[in-house]
Amino acid sequence: MTNELVIQAENLTKTFGSFTAVDAISFSVRKGEIFGFLGANGAGKTTAMKMLIGISTPSAGKATVAGFDVSSEAEKIKKNIGYMSQKFALYDDLTVKQNITFFGGIYGLSRAQIKLKTAELVEELDLKEVVNQLVGALPLGWKQKISFSVSLLHNPKIVFLDEPTGGVDPITRRQFWEMIYKAANNGTTVFVTTHYMDEAEYCDRVSIMVNGKIEALDSPKNLKTQFGVENMNDVFLKLARG
Amino acid sequence: MLQINTVSITISNISKSYKKVNALTDISFEVKEGELFGLIGPDGAGKTTLFRILTTLLFADQGDATVAGYDVVKDYKQIRNSVGYMPGKFSLYQDMTVKENLNFFATIFGTTIEENYELIRDIYVQIEPFKKRRAGKLSGGMKQKLALCCALIHKPKVLFLDEPTTGVDPVSRKEFWEMLKRLQQKGITILVSTPYMDEAALCDRIAFIQEGKILEIDTPQAIVKHYPKPLYNVKANNMYALIQGLKAYEHHYSVYPFGEFVHYTDKRTDFDSSDLNAFLESQGLKDITIEPTAPTIEDTFMELAK
Ligand SMILES: Nc1ncnc2c1ncn2[C@@H]1O[C@H](COP(=O)(O)OP(=O)(O)OP(=O)(O)O)[C@@H](O)[C@H]1O
Ligand SMILES: [Mg+2]
Repeated sequence: MTNELVIQAENLTKTFGSFTAVDAISFSVRKGEIFGFLGANGAGKTTAMKMLIGISTPSAGKATVAGFDVSSEAEKIKKNIGYMSQKFALYDDLTVKQNITFFGGIYGLSRAQIKLKTAELVEELDLKEVVNQLVGALPLGWKQKISFSVSLLHNPKIVFLDEPTGGVDPITRRQFWEMIYKAANNGTTVFVTTHYMDEAEYCDRVSIMVNGKIEALDSPKNLKTQFGVENMNDVFLKLARG
Repeated sequence: MLQINTVSITISNISKSYKKVNALTDISFEVKEGELFGLIGPDGAGKTTLFRILTTLLFADQGDATVAGYDVVKDYKQIRNSVGYMPGKFSLYQDMTVKENLNFFATIFGTTIEENYELIRDIYVQIEPFKKRRAGKLSGGMKQKLALCCALIHKPKVLFLDEPTTGVDPVSRKEFWEMLKRLQQKGITILVSTPYMDEAALCDRIAFIQEGKILEIDTPQAIVKHYPKPLYNVKANNMYALIQGLKAYEHHYSVYPFGEFVHYTDKRTDFDSSDLNAFLESQGLKDITIEPTAPTIEDTFMELAK
């Protein structure tokens, strides 16, 4: 991890009518960092993430991601980041291979690169037996691992993962985190939301959102000390309801 | 655990397959009235298939089942009136508001929100401020809460919850389970599936299910006693390097990150922690601690699923 800042948000705000979903949040994320973006349901995590990846325009404030402004340079941001959404990951009615080819195309990879990447992924994730199966028929944990790999196809600087392990079984969840560690170790910045508090411990730093605001931001260790508790679950319980 | 011994759900030799896959193979167990029973297993284990059979939405290929004394095939109408079902995938009407969804579910069961408000209050107050918002615009976890209220609004005798807390934040999960305990005290039988192993520990009994088969059924307390090996908490200055280091150690049996620790078991019966310590130091790790720890349900499940 270096001191280069790859995400910088300043008073970033999103309102829907009179409702403020994200309320002037300011923070920064370093290159190669695993940044945990926590908060209760409805706190504003997904809404904030959508602004950071350039698919939703801020109502106020500003942010730069990978050096580009989220409001005016959204297209450039999309080329430099990977994103796994909370709802949609892959096309259920395409095979694993077709999904890789499709997203590779979207991310601007050449045919030769796609071929190479597909072979790499099949090897790495042990996909030989399922590569020609429809994604819809695969267990959730597989889908999420494939989806994460797909979001890394174009070697993005930052990858945004919105609850990637929700509902995933304990073993696969851990395999997923090893993939996150590996990506971070290779210099990719990982921005991740989760409701599993053991996963919060795996992050370099964690922020906790409450009603649209960031109420705490530090390493898990410092947060535990600050709140005088044993684990991140207790930190969360103390903070999350405001 | 409640001492009532009336049976609420019986499942006898249920099998179900889709084309090539056996979703359920010869499943049998019983759930007592007022029991809080957990179904624990990975995605694709067959939990949802079992829920659909018990709620009369799907026929088994073989076997019988009864719910609240009714047969799932012959008495499907009675069952539909006496059970509440919260499917894993949302069953909400995305373009109706929170309040409209709840009203809708109350109306089809011939009741009103007011009549059974007591039952849903704890959860509903959290989404009530947003009652005029369309369900499609709620956050993921808010939708789960609304779906639960909808499943409860007709005061069912038996409640089927398929991963109700997936995507729900830790505070709400805690409240949710406190609420399940209260519902249980009102005599409602609950069959719940969950990917959260800390929730499994809160059930009266749990069944581990994998690839359509039951691996084990028992109380959570008894299940952790079946864990076969001494388990160690290992900690060092760098988590990723620690996982890699432990996996590189030739005597390792299992290595699973667990919050700030890694849970480690060794292949040998005469495990010597100083040898492991020396090995990890040789890998460049610092501040190493290795201490015995008690297995949790999650450890037990991962061991069985291995
Ligand atoms: N398009 C929209 N119109 C109106 N309100 C919205 C819209 N999108 C989001 N919201 C509201 O903004 C708030 C924040 O939602 P968001 O999805 O960001 O929460 P979250 O932190 O991701 O929660 P979860 O953990 O449940 O996924 C919620 O109250 C939600 O209902
Ligand atoms: Mg969200």
